[in-house]
Amino acid sequence: MVSRHRLTIRSNDPDPRTAGIAAAANQLGLRLDRPSDVGIADLIFLEGDLDERSLCTLSGFLVDPLLQCGSWDVPSSVGTEVTFLPGVTDGAAATLLHAASTLGLNVTGAATGRRVEFGESVDAVFANTLVRRIVANPVIERWSVGTIEPTFHADGSGSGIAEVIPISGRSLDELVALGHARKLALDPEELLVIQTHYAGLGREPTDVELETLAQTWSEHCAHKTFRAHITTDDGIERASLIEMLRNCTDAIAAPFVKSAFVGNAGIVGFHGDVTIALKAETHNHPSAVEPFGGANTGVGGVIRDVLGIAHKPIAVTNILCFGPPDTPLDRVPDGALHPLRIREGVIDGVADYGNKIGLPTVAGAIVYDPGYTTNPLVFAGCVGSAKGWTLHDGPFPGDRVILLGGRTGRDGIRGATFSSLTMDATTGEVAGASVQIGDPVVEKLLIDVLVGAEDLFTAITDCGAGGLSSAVGEMAENVGADVELDLVPLKYAGLEPWEVWLSEAQERMVIAVAPNTLEAIQARCDYYGVEMADIGCFTGDGILTVRSGGTPVLELTTEFLHDGRPQRRMSAILPSPNRTTATGRTLVDPVDTLLRLLSHPNIASKASTIHRYDHEIMGSTVVRPLVGQMVDGPADGVVLANPIETVGIAIGIGINPWHGLHDAEAMAYSVVDEAIRNIVAVGADPDQVALLDNFSWGDPRRQSTLGELVVAVDGCCAAAYAYGAPFVSGKDSLNNEYTGSDGKRHSVPPTLVITAIGHVPDADRCVTPDLKTAGNVLLLLGSTKPEFAGSHLDLVHGAPERVGVVPAPDPTALARYRRLHLAILSGVVQSCHDVSEGGLAVALAEMCIGGRLGMKVDTLPSDDLATALFSESASRHLVEIAPDHLSMFLADNSGEVTLLGTVTDDMVLSFPALTPIDVQVLVDAFTGVPA
Amino acid sequence: MIAPVALVIAGPGTNRDQDAALALQLAGANPRIVLATELIANPELLKEARLVVVAGGFSYGDALGAGRMLALDLVVGLGDALTDFVSLGRPLIGICNGFQVLTRTNLLPGALGHNAQGRFDCRWVVLEAQPESRCVWTKGIDQPIHCPIAHGEGRYVHPDPVALAANGQVALRYRSTNPNGSVADIAGVCNEAGNVLGLMPHPENHLLPRQHPQQPRRDGADNLGLRIFRNGVAVANEM
Repeated sequence: MVSRHRLTIRSNDPDPRTAGIAAAANQLGLRLDRPSDVGIADLIFLEGDLDERSLCTLSGFLVDPLLQCGSWDVPSSVGTEVTFLPGVTDGAAATLLHAASTLGLNVTGAATGRRVEFGESVDAVFANTLVRRIVANPVIERWSVGTIEPTFHADGSGSGIAEVIPISGRSLDELVALGHARKLALDPEELLVIQTHYAGLGREPTDVELETLAQTWSEHCAHKTFRAHITTDDGIERASLIEMLRNCTDAIAAPFVKSAFVGNAGIVGFHGDVTIALKAETHNHPSAVEPFGGANTGVGGVIRDVLGIAHKPIAVTNILCFGPPDTPLDRVPDGALHPLRIREGVIDGVADYGNKIGLPTVAGAIVYDPGYTTNPLVFAGCVGSAKGWTLHDGPFPGDRVILLGGRTGRDGIRGATFSSLTMDATTGEVAGASVQIGDPVVEKLLIDVLVGAEDLFTAITDCGAGGLSSAVGEMAENVGADVELDLVPLKYAGLEPWEVWLSEAQERMVIAVAPNTLEAIQARCDYYGVEMADIGCFTGDGILTVRSGGTPVLELTTEFLHDGRPQRRMSAILPSPNRTTATGRTLVDPVDTLLRLLSHPNIASKASTIHRYDHEIMGSTVVRPLVGQMVDGPADGVVLANPIETVGIAIGIGINPWHGLHDAEAMAYSVVDEAIRNIVAVGADPDQVALLDNFSWGDPRRQSTLGELVVAVDGCCAAAYAYGAPFVSGKDSLNNEYTGSDGKRHSVPPTLVITAIGHVPDADRCVTPDLKTAGNVLLLLGSTKPEFAGSHLDLVHGAPERVGVVPAPDPTALARYRRLHLAILSGVVQSCHDVSEGGLAVALAEMCIGGRLGMKVDTLPSDDLATALFSESASRHLVEIAPDHLSMFLADNSGEVTLLGTVTDDMVLSFPALTPIDVQVLVDAFTGVPA
Repeated sequence: MIAPVALVIAGPGTNRDQDAALALQLAGANPRIVLATELIANPELLKEARLVVVAGGFSYGDALGAGRMLALDLVVGLGDALTDFVSLGRPLIGICNGFQVLTRTNLLPGALGHNAQGRFDCRWVVLEAQPESRCVWTKGIDQPIHCPIAHGEGRYVHPDPVALAANGQVALRYRSTNPNGSVADIAGVCNEAGNVLGLMPHPENHLLPRQHPQQPRRDGADNLGLRIFRNGVAVANEM
């Protein structure tokens, strides 16, 4: 007889999650005085024909008596129970069903949840606040006081029939209203083109067609702004932004570029027949509403991008932008999550995916600014490698359309259009269906199936934004395909045809397979336990046909789908930044300023985050994000090298939105420089560097915002030319704005993330920033000028009325980087650090912290103390060398070199005419130990 | 001498199988990664193997508790084949998730709970092989081993750690900060016969001096995790 059962499992020792809840509550100002005020238990729900003995077998499996106790009775205490909303993937439930079947038990349904119990000091209203704010997320979960009944079988009532949407004869206003109602995020001109197209066909579109066009033509997928025709306010008509970047890469003509701006990721080859694929993506909007799931699937998505260009993923990067951690709760707008909640969720999400899929999460950055409070930015990158790679040139007519990996559900519907709209207070509620939950284990198995099977398919792409509509739609370009939605494996019944076609359910790849290799792919899938479905074929007629139960629900030429979109015409007002009038700064207490900079969240140690990421797996991490005597000093770039190879790659990141607020063009140039100087500092060859661009901007339909974007692309191209470092891939995320319930729009600051990947010719000769040996001398390479606009000095002390200029490009930088690289290869450079946020003083302090050594600075690079210590002038490195090598080094590095002073063993950092600072005081400021 | 056949068992979500295979190769074995399902279908593979590694990772995504589902697969699927392998005295090692699996198969004592600090933690640790241990994998290792941990459920729990040590079953202890709240700083334990070792840290990620995080500040050549695999392979060669 089928009945329902529930098992409550509690930890014997204090459950660490309770302390986590108490800490999170206190951080948000919700006082929970005693951790014992919170109790937590895991819930297992089962449905099946289970007798006493079966239940005993199950609890024997599920409860480890050394760790836990379990009970099949309903708890009598007061508590709140949380479980997933119907339709949200419950990964543990699938494992429960597998366990039951392995044990030979008849379980027909399974679900999991958790139970939170609060002590007497917490009343019902407060308990509900804690659950809503900290324990559960209403976007994916529901809860109830007392016991909860789980949903074992999510189902709906799908008609299987596409709805016809009449658009002929509708006025533009009516079309726009229809677009709003269906959240199509299409421009009025685009709606008109669609109307005309269907008028020509003599029929009305189906919902499947309209949704497909909306996804394919979305900002997220089509990059309308980067492809737009832009007229600037000086009357000049410009090449589109994407053309500018591509032209720049073409002009550089670097021999190591194998593929740029084509397909899912850029590809370079520095050494032998090994190629490196690189890609970075944003997952901003999903992370704003469901931080864990958003960041989690952001990582999963970018890994599939690399897999989708037939490279084996080897590392993950992440750059995160949040609102200030100390934002008062009442300053967080309605409908938005507190920055701390977002940060915790995002970091957990990145860690969960990277750790479980088994890739080292290495390079990254975390920055804080009030501009990110309601619109956090989550950049996730992936690096892959391959041997003897060639581009797949299919699909060919007759190839099968093969869908691999996870099943399709109602998750992630309309994600691409959701990302292309600005957010408001209701976004969290309406976006529920946009949230995806990742399953890294399924993606790990996909990697296992596909890496090494490159000869068995003719084309490959991942299912990302837009789901099958964009994956199959892109592959079918110029070829055509005919697919049957009934053949797509579903998580549960009841999906409408458009939902199957558009779902962004995670961990799916589409490959084109010739009929004679189908069996071999099936055998690999069977071996690894990956589901494979043959959903149709590529035809050769140039028409994309999608069927439901045999009846066409979509019939579009791939030409209209991909090229039918009218080029967007946009106009931009270019900014006019101050580049001539530099201003200085007055220092009251330079030592105190240095300590405040070191403890500023942008500069302070990120160790607590780094340790949550597995950065050791594969044994390839040679230079880690944390280095030095106590492995707590910051690194510049990271270096990865296969344990059995001598060569490696270095990864560096550049980001500086504060410079961007004053001068987006100079910012772009200097973040390219920052990314490159980071990897040069660890031992990369400055002549073998490739770049990725990721723009996160506000609404580009505002002319000034677009103007900042245009000049930022100018800055990127100018820097790329100057360094001979081509862009090979990029991604833009626009409309990063939030309309508060006050009606005001909050945009993120102009945020450009540059990722630089460089060739490391000798992984045994890498250099880190921590000071190595007392008695060595310290040199500053590069020039120091009063460039304070957007500086961290201004962030901690407040900016004066006349901010002056941001750091200007240094045209001599590349020549200096080349000489530095030769010095590193020769082995004379014992430590090297780039100078960035906080200027020279912060960089020197970080070297002391890393090495637990002191430094006596005798000479400063400027007579003005503020400039010498805190200006953020670009293109500078600090190097430590033995005194014996000094004359040789100076002979090879004439020009902008300042001999600063000497490394000492007294654990004191001293500057001329300032109170010496104990290195331990620097350590405490940097690591957040209260003074 | 012909390199002994070593199996690296992987389940769905195991992800340090290749790291373990490289360690075995550098230690002189002939490693082969085998999926649990394949091994269950063909338990004869165990008869040919002289050494077995249950590799680290997140089998089944740690759903329902780390290692539990893969342990159930192996216990139900392999029946006595794994215990037979062990009773022949052949060396078996469970690393991280593999340790979690082996405690659930009852080949090793104790259990592994969530880290005391409640979080996944990745950092380098210092391990000390216990000279009084009967473990064949750590025998004769008199210099500390440096290697990373990377786990969320590594808090070793045992009702009587003193008796366990007295019985020679505590093979490794943390000599850096105890990273997860393990009882008596225990990082690795062995069975009574000493041929089965389970440990949370990852010696397979310290095979070369270059992998040490304090390179070039310290050489680390005396602190390689490789020595554990060399010991295992030496025993396998005698089988």
